[in-house]
Amino acid sequence: MASDRGQLVLKTALQAGRIMIQNGSEVARVDDTLTRIAQNAGYPDSKVYVTITGIMMALSSEGNAQVEPIKNRTIDLEMVTRVNDLSRKFAAQDITLTEFNDDLDDLEAHPNAFPVWLQLVAAGFVSATLEIVFRGNYHDALVTFLIGMLGYAVFFGVNRLARVRFLSEFLAAIVIGVLAIETVKWGWGNSTDDIIVGSVMPLVPGVPLTNAVRDILSGDLVSGIARGMEAVMSAVAIGSGIAVILQLM
Amino acid sequence: MLTLIIDLVLTYISTVAFGIILNIPRRALNTSGWIGLLSFLAYKLYLMAGGGIVGGNFLGALLIGILSMQAARWLKMPVINFNIPSLVPFVPGGQAYQMVKNFALGNSGVALQYLLEVAEIAGAIAFGFLLAELVNRLQARIMVRFSSKWRHERHRNPKL
Repeated sequence: MASDRGQLVLKTALQAGRIMIQNGSEVARVDDTLTRIAQNAGYPDSKVYVTITGIMMALSSEGNAQVEPIKNRTIDLEMVTRVNDLSRKFAAQDITLTEFNDDLDDLEAHPNAFPVWLQLVAAGFVSATLEIVFRGNYHDALVTFLIGMLGYAVFFGVNRLARVRFLSEFLAAIVIGVLAIETVKWGWGNSTDDIIVGSVMPLVPGVPLTNAVRDILSGDLVSGIARGMEAVMSAVAIGSGIAVILQLM
Repeated sequence: MLTLIIDLVLTYISTVAFGIILNIPRRALNTSGWIGLLSFLAYKLYLMAGGGIVGGNFLGALLIGILSMQAARWLKMPVINFNIPSLVPFVPGGQAYQMVKNFALGNSGVALQYLLEVAEIAGAIAFGFLLAELVNRLQARIMVRFSSKWRHERHRNPKL
C-alpha cells in the first residue's frame, strides 16, 4: 500500500508539473523538476512521463502511479519561474514538503499577472516599434500603436469568453485587417501593408514556436510536434483572417 | 547611423513590451531587453558587412541562445524568460505577410517565393538555437569538471 508521505510527494510533484506545463514551460524542464522533487523528498528512483497534455508519475517503492491531465494552456512565464523558485527552496531544504504543497495552492489561487491595461499598452508598443524596425515607416507608427492595441484587446476578450485560441486569433486578425484598410481610406495612415505587419506582431505564437524547437532538440518528440502544430495553427489562423479581409475589401 | 541607433532603442522597447505580454517576472524584463538589443545589433552589423538575411538570423539566434543561458544562470531563472521575448524582432513578419497577401490575391508564384524565404529564416533561427544549445552544454560540462562551485550547484539546483 502507498504511504501518506508517498501520496503527498506524488500530489505535490504532479501539481507543480501541471502548473508549469499549463503556463508555457517546455517538457524537459518539467521532467527534471519532478524527478528532483521526488529525489529531494527521499525517493531517488521515480519514473516520470511528461507530455503537454498530461503527466504520469510513479515512485518505485510505492504501489500506484498517478495521472494528471492538463486540459487548458495559457501563457504566464512568471508562474513557471515561481514554481522553479519553490523547487530550488525545497532542494535547499528551506521549506518542507507540506509547505511546498501549500505554496503551490497559494500560487494557483493568486497569480501575479500584469494588469490588463498594461498588457494592452505593451501590445501597442510591440506593434509600433516593430513596424518601424521592419518597415521604417515613421508616419504610421501611431496608427499601428492603436490598431495593435485594439487587435490584442479583441484577442484577449474573445479568448476569455470562448477559450479557443485559434478563434480569437482569427477574429483579431480580421479586426486588424478591416481597421488597417479603413484608416488608410480615411487618410490617417499611408500603407495598409505596414500597419498590418506591425499590428499582428503581438499575436505571434512565440512560446509554442520556441518550445517546439527546444522540445524536439531535447528528444521529447511527441510534445515537440504537438507544440509545432499549435504554432502552425496559430499562424494559419492569423494568416487566414488577414487573407479573408484582403480578398473581400 | 542614426537609424541604427533608433532601431536598437525600438528593439529594446519591443522586447520588453513582448515580455510584459508573456508576463515574464519583473526582474527579468530589463535583461531580456538587453539580450534582444545586443543580438539585433549583431544581426544589423552582419547585414552592414554585406552578409545575407539567413546568416544574419542564424547569428542573431545563436547570440540569443548563448546570452539567454548566461542570464538564466546569473539570475537563476528558467531560460525561456529571456529567449522568447528577445526572439520577437527576428520573426519574419514582413515576408509572412507578403506570402499571405499574394496567396489571397492569387499570385501563387510570388507567394511561394516568400514562403521559401520564411522557411529559410525559420530554419536559420532553429539552427542557431541548436548550435547555442551545443555551446551551452559544452560550457556546462567544462565548468562542472573544473569548478567545484558548479559541481555543487548542479547537484542542488533544478535545470534552468
